Amino acid sequence: MEAVYKTPDTMIDTPTHYCPGCGHGIIQRLIAEIIDEKNIKGKTIGIAPVGCAVLAYNYLDIDMCEAAHGRPPAVATGIKRVHPDKIVFSYQGDGDLAAIGLSEIIHTANRSENITVIFVNNAVYGMTNGQMAPTTLLNQKTLTTPQGRSEQCDGPPLRICELLSVVGGSRFIARASVTSPKNIINTKQLIEKGFKTQIQEKGFSLIEVLSPCPVYWRMSSVESIKFIDDEMTKTFPLGVFKDWESQN
Amino acid sequence: MSEKVILAGLGGQGMMLLGRLIAQAVMLEGKNVTFFPSYGTEVRGGTAYYHLTVSDEEIFSPVIEEADALIMMNFPSYLKFKDLLKPNSMLFVNSSMIDKIDNEKNIDVFRIPATKIANDIGNVVASNMVMLGAYNQVKNLVSIPIFLSCLKNVLKGRKEPFFEVNKLAIERGADFIKNF
Amino acid sequence: MTSTDENKKYLLTGNEACAEAAIQAGCRFYYGYPITPQNEILTHMAIRMPQVGGTSIQVESELAAINMVHGSAAAGARTMTSSSSPGISLKQEGISYLAGSELPCVIVNIQRGGPGLGDISPSQADYFQAVKGGGHGDYHTIVLAPSSVQETADLVYDAFDLADRYRNPVMILGDAQLGQMMESVVFNKKCEPDSFKKEWALTGATGRKRNIIKSFYPVQGELEEFNAKLQEKYSLIKSKEVRYEEINTEDADIVVVAYGTCARICKEILMKNKIPNIKIGLLRPITLWPYPSQVIQEIAGKVQAILTVEMSAGQMVEDVRLSVSGRCPVYFYGRTGGGIPSPKDIIRKIIEIIPVKEKATCAT
Repeated sequence: MEAVYKTPDTMIDTPTHYCPGCGHGIIQRLIAEIIDEKNIKGKTIGIAPVGCAVLAYNYLDIDMCEAAHGRPPAVATGIKRVHPDKIVFSYQGDGDLAAIGLSEIIHTANRSENITVIFVNNAVYGMTNGQMAPTTLLNQKTLTTPQGRSEQCDGPPLRICELLSVVGGSRFIARASVTSPKNIINTKQLIEKGFKTQIQEKGFSLIEVLSPCPVYWRMSSVESIKFIDDEMTKTFPLGVFKDWESQN
Repeated sequence: MSEKVILAGLGGQGMMLLGRLIAQAVMLEGKNVTFFPSYGTEVRGGTAYYHLTVSDEEIFSPVIEEADALIMMNFPSYLKFKDLLKPNSMLFVNSSMIDKIDNEKNIDVFRIPATKIANDIGNVVASNMVMLGAYNQVKNLVSIPIFLSCLKNVLKGRKEPFFEVNKLAIERGADFIKNF
Repeated sequence: MTSTDENKKYLLTGNEACAEAAIQAGCRFYYGYPITPQNEILTHMAIRMPQVGGTSIQVESELAAINMVHGSAAAGARTMTSSSSPGISLKQEGISYLAGSELPCVIVNIQRGGPGLGDISPSQADYFQAVKGGGHGDYHTIVLAPSSVQETADLVYDAFDLADRYRNPVMILGDAQLGQMMESVVFNKKCEPDSFKKEWALTGATGRKRNIIKSFYPVQGELEEFNAKLQEKYSLIKSKEVRYEEINTEDADIVVVAYGTCARICKEILMKNKIPNIKIGLLRPITLWPYPSQVIQEIAGKVQAILTVEMSAGQMVEDVRLSVSGRCPVYFYGRTGGGIPSPKDIIRKIIEIIPVKEKATCAT
């Protein structure tokens, strides 16, 4: 009998440490599927961030490197410059990419380093127990915004796709979510496009994925899916923000 | 032999080039050399100064506390470094820009109107090379052809048209000392 | 400069010699950010790297620089970054990660005065930061301290070999004097970067098991085990890689301990016999970590006193005192904030320390 659904070859067959309802497992599976389908397992190098996804190398069966908090784009640059023929991607959370590593991501995009960034936005610091992230919504309660995020005190949520799409060197910038089969398929297509951008040597690509964190949103899995669809997408609309293919 | 020289002038008077040429030439002649430039904000219009040590032996301290010679292109430079002259040392001044000298230590002073000589041959910027010609004529550190080959090396490409006037400046500096 | 001829003498600054030696040693990935007094390294790399098919990036920050080094080192290449004191402070987190990930690389610190913005003059006030582990955690970088332009070049070659041999970051600790000063230099050391097999490097897992470069050990006990392995490596480095220069220490009354620029200045007093009635020796550490403690301990049993001279308020002197362990008095003379000790000042200090014998005179 032919198996129609199995663990991708690039995915290590083991339970993940992610909380129930978390999106990281889905997103990492998508990456593994794409690596399998493009047959690039032996030439892909990934960068794991500081944050919930630091142990991504326990699940993705490829060469991987850890990076200091916020620095995956710099580490990816260092690797890609040595191996321009390899596929290099960084996998980063919102604290890592949009707070402490904002400088690196902007300059890496602007140099149009030929790498792909998977940016997982769950609007909260998960690994450190749920503090405000740069992408936390207004009025959203976190450990450090007990009354809800205040625009006056904390500023509005930072929109990374919108920001990076005006950076000269960026080539493919898109935002997706993993709240439904349709959205997951769309996310996969966009990440594939990111890898394609790199394989065709077009330059910097980033795919932001809105991802649920039921534990630190203090919601059920179902509520957190609804929160993304109804609330998060108002601040972070889904779509393609920049595409080298349609620009030409 | 050992020679410790301090070169100083206004930023833009070409002291860096002067020092480098001497350093490069004596290096080619097999001597040890240490050339320590001042750096940072003061090279823009302020006093730019350089410590140059030449020796047959290993050079230890690169900082000159007592100089065998000073090559001074303008008055503020002279004021800044005159106390580092030791007995029996020599002072080379650009007399076009330095007129008052208190020669308390009674040393040999060479007053060379370098700016004027350079102006007369058509390029005021070559005053540094006039000083080089004069200094080398007195000290006899390096043969003129070696200086010229170093100069040619430095003035490669875009700056090549300036070779002749610089060469002439070196010769005029030397001539000035011959007739001193 | 477009290429180097191994028999030719070049007149270069310490900074330029450092950059060129790195290229000769097979470094092809350099990341730097402008800061005086080490800018000539960036400039030289920007010209030379494209000529040899290498990469030189002027980065957005010191953090980016050290982390690009992390990436290129993980990818198996010879890689370097350089800066001066304030910039090196910024790199410390990255250096800890490099040490924790056991990645070979070379970091150059052309020290300037501190603390804070300080000034751009020569200083040796980053000694503690360099040798005691400037970042977090139990780690060491190998620290090499040249005292001439030629030695800067020579130690840069060695730095890359040591880094690869021990999978450890190596620091070249110079100062503004050394970086800015021009001297003649030849580039004639043989270097075989390919002789170090890097089977651990990230090259894409084709035909082998995948590699992971990490410093995170969350499982109870794993980190302690890893640290024990690191300490074992450090012990090996301590037993094999200590380097120093020793002059006239045999029957000296007093031995001066100094490194880098200060050592040159002290050497002038000895070699020119400036105090004829006092026998002076010099011990110049070339590796600041591992430190030449053993030889200093031996010297301490034979002399009346040891004098440490530094361009700091007294940093290396602590390692000298640890090595001496009370066997003889240890004195200190230092200048800070861009002050360079002069031979005269050091002579005065020596005469003050050694009870003046009859006719002890100072022949400066």
